Amino acid sequence: MTEPTAKQIREEKLYQQWGLTDSEYELISQKILKRLPNYTETGLYSVMWSEHCSYKNSKKVLRKMPNKSNRVIAGPGEDAGILDIGDNQAVVFKAESHNHPSAVEPYQGAATGVGGIIRDIFSMGAQPIALLNSLKFGPLKDGKTKHLVNEVVAGIGGYGNCIGLPTVGGEISFEDCYEHNPLVNAMCVGLLNNVEFKHGTASGTDNLIVYVGAKTGRDGIHGATFASDEFTDTKNKQRSAVQVGNPFIEKLLMDACVEIIEKHSDWILGIQDMGAAGLVSSTAEMASKAGSGLILNLDNVPQREIQMTAYEMMLSESQERMVLCVKPQFVNDVLEFFKRFELDAVVIGRVTDDQQYKIYQHENLVTDIPVDSLTELVPEYDRLEKKPARIEEQKDYQFIPQIDSLKNTWLTMLSRPNIASKKYFYQTYDSQVRANTLVRPGSDAGVVRIRGTKKAIAMTNDSNSKYVYLNPYVGGQIAVMEAARNIVASGGEPIGITDCLNYGNPENPEAFWELDQSVEGIASACEKLDTPVISGNVSLYNEYNDVSIYPSPMIGMVGLISDIEQVTTSYFKDAGDLIYLIGQTQDDFNGSEIQMEQLGQLKGDLRSLDLEKEKLHQDIVKYAIKQGLLKSCHDLSEGGLAIALSKAALDSGLGFEITTRLNSAQMFSETQSRFLVTVSPDKQEDFEKLIQGEFELLGQVSENPDFKVTTTNEIVVIDGQEAANDWMEAMACLMK
Amino acid sequence: MKFAVVNFPGSNCDMDLYYAIRDGINEQVELVDYRATSLDGFDGVLIPGGFSYGDYLRSGAIAVHAPIVKEIIRFANDGKIVLGICNGFQILTELGLLPGALVRNEKGRFICETVELEVVNTQTPFTNEYQANETIKVPVAHGEGRYYCDNETLSQLEENEQIVFRYKNNINGSVALIAGVTNKQKNVLGMMPHPERALEEIVGSNDGLNLFQSIINNQVRVNN
Repeated sequence: MTEPTAKQIREEKLYQQWGLTDSEYELISQKILKRLPNYTETGLYSVMWSEHCSYKNSKKVLRKMPNKSNRVIAGPGEDAGILDIGDNQAVVFKAESHNHPSAVEPYQGAATGVGGIIRDIFSMGAQPIALLNSLKFGPLKDGKTKHLVNEVVAGIGGYGNCIGLPTVGGEISFEDCYEHNPLVNAMCVGLLNNVEFKHGTASGTDNLIVYVGAKTGRDGIHGATFASDEFTDTKNKQRSAVQVGNPFIEKLLMDACVEIIEKHSDWILGIQDMGAAGLVSSTAEMASKAGSGLILNLDNVPQREIQMTAYEMMLSESQERMVLCVKPQFVNDVLEFFKRFELDAVVIGRVTDDQQYKIYQHENLVTDIPVDSLTELVPEYDRLEKKPARIEEQKDYQFIPQIDSLKNTWLTMLSRPNIASKKYFYQTYDSQVRANTLVRPGSDAGVVRIRGTKKAIAMTNDSNSKYVYLNPYVGGQIAVMEAARNIVASGGEPIGITDCLNYGNPENPEAFWELDQSVEGIASACEKLDTPVISGNVSLYNEYNDVSIYPSPMIGMVGLISDIEQVTTSYFKDAGDLIYLIGQTQDDFNGSEIQMEQLGQLKGDLRSLDLEKEKLHQDIVKYAIKQGLLKSCHDLSEGGLAIALSKAALDSGLGFEITTRLNSAQMFSETQSRFLVTVSPDKQEDFEKLIQGEFELLGQVSENPDFKVTTTNEIVVIDGQEAANDWMEAMACLMK
Repeated sequence: MKFAVVNFPGSNCDMDLYYAIRDGINEQVELVDYRATSLDGFDGVLIPGGFSYGDYLRSGAIAVHAPIVKEIIRFANDGKIVLGICNGFQILTELGLLPGALVRNEKGRFICETVELEVVNTQTPFTNEYQANETIKVPVAHGEGRYYCDNETLSQLEENEQIVFRYKNNINGSVALIAGVTNKQKNVLGMMPHPERALEEIVGSNDGLNLFQSIINNQVRVNN
């Protein structure tokens, strides 16, 4: 195949196919290069200037998020953010979306999403210690969606299990809007013992660029551009843009990179993952951060296909590859080091002082452009915003559920796909490898201890896009606060977040308004909690035939548990323990699971969130846990009090007997800022003295597994076994 | 006692076993590379779980060609202690040091769960600390853990009391609920469950500790 000439690219506007606009192309050719870019160069600009790599549409909005606290060692802009946890240790974490690849090739799309996020962590010099994920699909009504779910779950498990990292938490939910555009977000948390290591720069003339890992093939070319476009009936099958993962190679790569940074950090100046936009993105970012230039010789790049062009090699997103910047005197040591792990490691280039990005192939100079033009000179857009009409139209609507039989509604709610136990899925993930997992999936947050210390890390992934759809600002606040309640309920102190911002097309003013509003909500909640946003990613263009997904910010929060004695789980412990509800319950049914169950659609506005009260309740719980007063603690979320009580009981095999001031409908209210806790009877006085204010003593945990409930208008007994069946078996039934 | 934890490319429970020996029972332990050719100086060999060589071809199938394997066979034939857990069990059956084979779970899915096991034989170097017919809680995490053998092999296993652990509930479709077996001489044990993940109450169970303690007791008895 002959490549189109620079002239053809301009005249036939070929750059448009790769996502560059006319004005962007003009900026490149007239202002930056002052000549026409050739085929390879146009390809480099198109991926580096895609939303996925450049954040050109979202940057202005992202700046609103707080990214500082006294724990922050590194924030956004690195492969992953770093937070100090004392004792010269730090946690490193990030979440990333792999939505588009997973829609097209679900197993590999999900698997490589996990692989990519793990590389982001170990490229910071950290040992990955845990994985989480957040998945959203269409309703489980047809074979296609079931296949998608099965393959995504298998891909996540296949990669994580093989590489040997525990998957300790996550969520799966189902809404119509994700039918053609599922969301697959993965998070990795790592532990850094060498806080001084400086990552990701290529500085110092004549330092060498070393390529390590799997060979480069033609997979994933233009993956980043693909991720920055929407799906339609006619253009949704870019299978070649999906990468193929090999967790076995990544395991070798991970062990090697962690060891080289731990033992030989004097050999290397930088290390970076080849993720989106592969070779070009990793090397250009390294050089740009250091203010240097770079010469690459593609003939040295390990290749697994023949006759690859410079364009293909630079844009390939083949997995399990890293680049290192190495001091020349140590280069042989580095190459020998990786040989021990049976990994390909070769010198592919060197650092220069002219700030040009030059690529040679077969002794021809195929690219010669300013480094910064790939990373720094990307135009930033100020997108139009428009409040969607639905927001105003539904402002005064309030849904009130109709409960004819509390028992029937209760059981129906327990088997709703968004509420039912997800064990069917998460039991296919190894959650215990490394033997440090203290709390496995199923409780509020996953907890992993740090061996050799008393510390543990709590982590959770949370999103409720239904709320964000009704009120993006409040929905954004709720996403953060719900994550925080999960951390607090587990005995942790929230210390920071990462996010995946999954939205529709930013060129659609309504979708952009949703993004902007929800980011403001997230920012305000993070400020209240002093939990900076230290990393994350943006996935825009999640649309199918011009219909957007719900605005879906996913919050990945990490908390520090200073003493493993304080680790707390959500399920009941002993019969006779007192059950308390902390927080006041109101008629909050808009955006709730019971609204979807009974009305079949989302409607209405959300009550504004009282951040003071939210923080107060979290602080009370934190203090009560520290004082050893709580035997279990559970955040209230989808399905409200009824579901929180059920889960706490079903996970323990115990039952409960309660009498409440709430009416039957309010059992399903989703008012925020609430916790369900149990207290040993001998601690009743201490506990009640501590909490004062808004709490209700509901009743007691019972040996009998049945649920005995008295509301203001009904007395019911729900058979514990029946409830267990509905809750435990729902997913397996739906997946048949 | 001094233990070797053999590390194949793709092993991922190597450190868990290392800590089990070092911190769980306070004995000496070293990681041994798959390219090593000697196990001199070691009293026991532990083959960890994971996905050696990515489980490509068939789990355990490629690992049997690694240089260290000849030495593991010699070690086993000398009557010394060899323990293979999960992928380690798969490697031992591939090697023929243990009878039977591990195939894909009955339902085809990976399963990670803490399960109940019955200790069937307490007269082995690996189980002398357990009570006869004791029920213990130990995690499993495998996709290919369904033990298979033919009827003749099964009767031999039963006759020679080589079945050491059985699942209380058949989670993966194993023949005769088999979770762990020894060789005829009882110095080689393979098991799918992970005792090294059950050493402390805080991680969910400490029922695995007695397995490692049994090995030490056995050594003490032998030496006396």
